[in-house]
Amino acid sequence: MNMIVCVKQVIDPEAPPASFKIDAATNSVVPPAGVPPVISPFDEQAIEAALRIKDAKGGKITVISLGTGLLRDVVKKPLSMGADELILLEDPAFDGGDSWSTAAALAAAIKKVGEFDIVFCGRQAADWDSGQVGSGIAEILGLPSVTLAKKVEVGDSKVTVERVIPDGYEVVEVGLPALITVSNELGEPRYATIKGIMSAKRKEPIIWAPADLEIDTAQIGAAGRRVKMLRLFQPVREGACEIIEGEDEADAGANLAAKLAEVKLL
Amino acid sequence: MADNKGVLILAEVVDGKLAAIATELLGVGRKLADDLGEELGALLVGSEVSGIAQEAIAFGADKVYVVEAPALKDYRTDSYVPVVEKVAKEVMPKILLMGQNSVGRDLAPRAAFRLETSVSTDCVELAIDADSKQLLMTKPVYGGNARAIYTTESMPQMATLRVKAGEPLERDDARKGEVVNIDAGLDESAIRTTVKDTVLEEIKGIKLEDANIVISGGRGIGGPEGFQELEELARMLKGAVGASRPPCDSGWVPDTIQVGLTGKIVSPDLYIAVAISGSSQHLAGCGGSKNIVAINRDPEANIFKEAAYGVVGDWKKIIPAFKEKAKGLLA
Ligand SMILES: Cc1cc2nc3c(=O)[nH]c(=O)nc-3n(C[C@@H](O)[C@H](O)[C@H](O)COP(=O)(O)OP(=O)(O)OC[C@H]3O[C@@H](n4cnc5c(N)ncnc54)[C@H](O)[C@@H]3O)c2cc1C
Ligand SMILES: Cc1cc2nc3c(=O)[nH]c(=O)nc-3n(C[C@H](O)[C@H](O)[C@H](O)COP(=O)(O)OP(=O)(O)OC[C@H]3O[C@@H](n4cnc5c(N)ncnc54)[C@H](O)[C@@H]3O)c2cc1C
Repeated sequence: MNMIVCVKQVIDPEAPPASFKIDAATNSVVPPAGVPPVISPFDEQAIEAALRIKDAKGGKITVISLGTGLLRDVVKKPLSMGADELILLEDPAFDGGDSWSTAAALAAAIKKVGEFDIVFCGRQAADWDSGQVGSGIAEILGLPSVTLAKKVEVGDSKVTVERVIPDGYEVVEVGLPALITVSNELGEPRYATIKGIMSAKRKEPIIWAPADLEIDTAQIGAAGRRVKMLRLFQPVREGACEIIEGEDEADAGANLAAKLAEVKLL
Repeated sequence: MADNKGVLILAEVVDGKLAAIATELLGVGRKLADDLGEELGALLVGSEVSGIAQEAIAFGADKVYVVEAPALKDYRTDSYVPVVEKVAKEVMPKILLMGQNSVGRDLAPRAAFRLETSVSTDCVELAIDADSKQLLMTKPVYGGNARAIYTTESMPQMATLRVKAGEPLERDDARKGEVVNIDAGLDESAIRTTVKDTVLEEIKGIKLEDANIVISGGRGIGGPEGFQELEELARMLKGAVGASRPPCDSGWVPDTIQVGLTGKIVSPDLYIAVAISGSSQHLAGCGGSKNIVAINRDPEANIFKEAAYGVVGDWKKIIPAFKEKAKGLLA
């Protein structure tokens, strides 16, 4: 089984909301001081989905990440979890793109990798939360796609995917090759092993520039953008919280019920 | 670009009726169409949906495009994408809107790439720029910590609208509109996925999305037993129980009751967040509630910034006393 997983480095989405700052003048996010970036959590789950298949059936996992300022310790994490190869699309020309140009560049890289049975993506990147690069890659490469997977099982020439729907899940069968996006219901990604960390340290990523791909530079990065961001802002939080007190915690709880009844919320 | 005209929304049907999101899209779409001075169309796709066309008109559509085929009964990526492609090419709307729900999340991106246009997903506000006449698409990003306003030159301008972010119009059965049938032209051999089974979580009591009172528990609840206590309280208050993500991920409660960016969106009159810190991703699903009440032992927890009322302390002491008092008050 040859698998490709697309992972994105993002600002840690679990950093406390109070640490989140933007620079309004440049419409950009100021990375919080002292909080290192991470692989977008759903992408780690995508790696986990691929690793479970590798555990069961064997195979090779190639990881692709597009971005600038990619920290080696961060983007090598999939290798330390058990992935085999890391390709970085790390070139200023890929930068400042939107979902369209990002999908175009990743699709070109996947084509260059050549042999694959499954492409995995996360359901959405934890920074821009757009949730479309996966479907975009599938459309560009003409692959069937199944989004929001919570379980992926490989049979002969097809996969069975449990796909999350609002009140449960669907069991979907799709032929290979296919693109699958992974949701958190898949379960916790595994930890890196010491052995994995050691071998990841020694492994150098492969770096591809636009010239290495069969793609027109007008289609990638900022040049290929179809969506323009006019403004980035932080919504103002209004409203003050009335703290209900009491003689002790239980009393405060009773007072809360009385208050809610008084304002007709109960 | 000059040839594209009007607003088209995907009108989803649930249990033989317009889905709530469809009426919300019609409400938002009506305003956009009026601001452009153009028509509002609704696209109905399914196996037996033509009977619902009049309902779409009553909620604001000028024209309803009906695409019917047995294979369209349930949503499949490979059957719906070509339908949207065909209709978009025939109708040539300036704006094409869908809901940010199970269908829209899957369909909109793929249809946008097929149509060689773009889509801005999960918008909470859509407006027409007075000068450029372009669609301004406002979307929460970074889990809700910030908002971005996007525009696009590519046609149609596509967006998905967050559930409950739009206001439906008052239903008016006297409204007149036109119904247009469009042939599905489906090639069923091009459908590459098969649904073998659908497994639904059994819903006890009131549906989370419809409840007027929601009591949600977070990581600080500590296990499934604690949720039983919330469950009892919810039954007493005729509300429903929700959760932040960690209790779902830990298997204390079903995944289907997760509230947030990647879970359910609720907007009850009263949302009681118990032992939930108030991450931006969680607030994305409950920020629209009329009143948030926070119970948390950490006075610095972010949830207090969003709450109207709060109690600082251990929920294990607060909830039983709250329940006891409320029981007396409701009696
Ligand atoms: C300075 C700046 C300006 C920007 N301006 C705009 C703008 O004007 N318009 C606009 O639309 N967006 C803009 N963006 C956001 C844009 O870069 C998004 O990150 C891009 O649209 C990719 O989409 P997404 O992150 O929302 O991915 P999603 O569609 O949410 O990602 C889904 C999945 O695709 C894969 N994936 C996504 N990105 C990558 C990647 N880089 N490498 C590997 N895999 C990946 C992952 O598996 C991920 O889980 C800007 C960003 C920056 C930093
Ligand atoms: C892309 C993305 C999407 C996400 N989508 C969602 C989503 O849809 N929904 C969601 O909820 N999360 C989502 N998350 C996760 C989110 O970032 C947070 O991790 C999560 O919401 C935290 O849940 P919590 O508040 O229950 O836990 P914590 O942040 O750990 O907070 C627990 C709280 O309980 C309090 N507490 C502990 N014990 C007690 C006690 N005995 N009495 C009173 N208070 C107590 C603590 O003070 C603390 O404030 C998403 C994350 C990402 C990156």
